[in-house]
Amino acid sequence: MSGYFKELISGTKSLFIGLGITGKYFFEPVVTLQYPHEYLEMTPRYRGHIELIPDEETGEPKCVACGMCEKGCPSGCISVKGEKRKGVKGKVLTKYILNFTTCSLCGQCVESCKFDALRFSLDYNLASQRKEDFIYDLIKRLKEKS
Amino acid sequence: MPEPFRVILFIIFVMAFAGLNAAYLVWCERKGAGHIQRRIGPKEVGPYGLLQPIADGIKLMTKQLFLPKGVDPILFMVAPLMVMVPAIMSFCVIPFSEIFVAREINIGLLMIFAFASVNVLGLLLGSWGSANKYAVIAGARCVSQNVAYEIPMLITTITMVMVTNTMNLNEIVRLQDGWFWHWYVFRLDISLLMPVAFLIFFVCSLAETNRAPFDMAEAESELIAGTYTEYPGMGFGVFFMGEYANIVIGCALTTILFLGGWQSPIPLDFSGFLGVIWGLFWFLLKLYALIFTVIWIRWTYPRTQFYELLNLSWKVLIPFSLFNLILTALQIKIFPWL
Repeated sequence: MSGYFKELISGTKSLFIGLGITGKYFFEPVVTLQYPHEYLEMTPRYRGHIELIPDEETGEPKCVACGMCEKGCPSGCISVKGEKRKGVKGKVLTKYILNFTTCSLCGQCVESCKFDALRFSLDYNLASQRKEDFIYDLIKRLKEKS
Repeated sequence: MPEPFRVILFIIFVMAFAGLNAAYLVWCERKGAGHIQRRIGPKEVGPYGLLQPIADGIKLMTKQLFLPKGVDPILFMVAPLMVMVPAIMSFCVIPFSEIFVAREINIGLLMIFAFASVNVLGLLLGSWGSANKYAVIAGARCVSQNVAYEIPMLITTITMVMVTNTMNLNEIVRLQDGWFWHWYVFRLDISLLMPVAFLIFFVCSLAETNRAPFDMAEAESELIAGTYTEYPGMGFGVFFMGEYANIVIGCALTTILFLGGWQSPIPLDFSGFLGVIWGLFWFLLKLYALIFTVIWIRWTYPRTQFYELLNLSWKVLIPFSLFNLILTALQIKIFPWL
């Protein structure tokens, strides 16, 4: 009989404690992100599609169009073109196309780059209904970003 | 104003009130659930998501009223109405304010309980008529739950009738005139267990309206949607409106019996139109505070197991309400001047 009352009292008490917790939460600020209206910055190690790293002084890509990334890409989704220009050491990058439809984000291109000119971007809102939207011109993208 | 005209006007008001309440309590429920879980809840349709219930209503109304194969067409169509109509009928005797009541009848309390017992019949017929095994399980559970919880609820009500000596709801409210410690929930001089009686009544009204944590009729995790499994479109919508109207009735009854109905907590009375508004304000404030508690409880506790639910009624609520009945009778007998 004493167990009955003990259980009753402790049970009722625990119910009120539960109400207290949810009641407190009710007045606390919300913790969710309103996704389509708000975006979250991705963490630095997120592996999005690749992007060119700009030279800090000139803002031009650091890439010298050596083509190692193109060679190293197992899916063959990178195509790089460069040209010699007077007064400039090495080649100048003229075209850098990434076909993201076949890219598997393996990161071989970033690994093989000896000039520290490639990195993973933090973009993740890439949905589209057209295939052409995933053929990225990375030089154009770099200019748009800066 | 001639009497029939007044009653018709009031019935129109009551139907609008019940419908709007059902729609906007869903909104409150979703907002409340959101904030308790630290989300925002509906916010896209209209400012603060206020048009969400209208969008939901339009969606439900445009759906086809499809009769699945094998259902009993009459029972299937009548069942939602049997949940909704008694709830609306009960509103006719609820005093929103001293004169703001459709019909002040002497057996208002009895009438509400008579209509409230039809609610479970509607659920049972709906689940039987839909020829679905999950619905039938839910219907069976629903009946045993309602039988179990109607007993402590009615015993507590008998106690209250013993105290007030009347079943006229307006009269019960008038007896709680004056300061807020004249409300029956604080009247320990009438019965030492009055707050417990209030709790018993409130818990029973939760169970009677099939609200979480006692929502055995729905139990979506095990019974899909229980009674509502086969219902399309507005059939489901009417069930839902009935459920929310029943919540309002339950909370209104708790307010009237224990929390002084339309009485203000301080003895401050106005006459004429201002008096009506003053009473209405206090009644609605108490009513919606209780409804908020109902929503709060729903999003705090998980659904109980079925046998625990019955244990709570038969092992705790019924003995306590019986003890309360005897104690109140003794106290009234020994101190008749109170």
